[in-house]
Amino acid sequence: MNNIWLVILLGGALTFGMRMSFIYLFGRFEIPALVKQALRFVPPAVLSAIIAPALFMPNNTLDLSWSNYRLMAGFVAILVAWRTKNTLLTIVAGMIALLILQFIFLK
Amino acid sequence: MNPKLKSFLAGVRAESPLLVGVFPFGLIYGALALAAGLSAAAAQMMSSIVFAGSSQFVAAQLIHDDAPGLVIVLTIAVVNLRHMLYSASVAPYIEHLPQRWKILLAYLLTDEAYAATIIHYEEEGFTPTSHWFFLGAGLSLWTTWQVSSALGIFLRKVIPSSWPLDFAAPLTFIALVVPVCRDKPVVASALSAGLVALLAFNLPFKLGLILAALVGIVIGTYLENRK
Repeated sequence: MNNIWLVILLGGALTFGMRMSFIYLFGRFEIPALVKQALRFVPPAVLSAIIAPALFMPNNTLDLSWSNYRLMAGFVAILVAWRTKNTLLTIVAGMIALLILQFIFLK
Repeated sequence: MNPKLKSFLAGVRAESPLLVGVFPFGLIYGALALAAGLSAAAAQMMSSIVFAGSSQFVAAQLIHDDAPGLVIVLTIAVVNLRHMLYSASVAPYIEHLPQRWKILLAYLLTDEAYAATIIHYEEEGFTPTSHWFFLGAGLSLWTTWQVSSALGIFLRKVIPSSWPLDFAAPLTFIALVVPVCRDKPVVASALSAGLVALLAFNLPFKLGLILAALVGIVIGTYLENRK
């Protein structure tokens, strides 16, 4: 992509702007309660919206078959995350699951 | 010892357990960003200019998926919205500082630096040198993130390219989402966002992602208020 540098600069400027926002505005503006409440749902909503297609649509179409290894490995990771709440262990378990599935079925 | 230096080192010390967790993340980010198609320079610059872990993973994933630039920028902004809360939370403690300090500390205001610093402010209260604590926590995290990103970028060149490293991004997101799914509104928010993302996948410009996130946020907030 050609505009990757623009993406990085704009993404960085917006991120800095949000970090600076209330430090700058202190005493001039309060965050509305409803917005504060909604912010709690931003990470699970955005990240789930990325997870679902990555697991269910690895080739850009819905794939619910047993040969969708990413879906299987994803469920392994969900199980590990749920039981252990350990970030690194979750990533390692999911990655190993996918490697093993790909290795066994040599696609 | 100079009280400023003492406070700075206390910040570094308070941050250090968090650094252990951040380091492997940086490694994964660096390797993943290259696997997603970023150049080594772009991957490293993202770590220093955007400097916000989960949004960098998201950006790498979207670059991999060929999403348009504007959608990527918007998504980075949405993922980083929570920093406004941190900003509001530390604002009263650094209000007296000169502007250049505020700019520096705002740049260093990551999840991990915030976590260590706000605990310090709440426990010790305000002291004349406590911004040095903030600086110590923020700067040690910054250094760790830059070094681990660089190592990850280097690692990518060592790891065989047949390894599905791009899968590290959704796995990381699973590791972040599953543990916060503790109450019904969050679970409903996550599930509805995932479902809408699948249904709206074919919308142009990856707008399905933004739509799905909005639906998830609205549903979660609605259920929370109905309780």
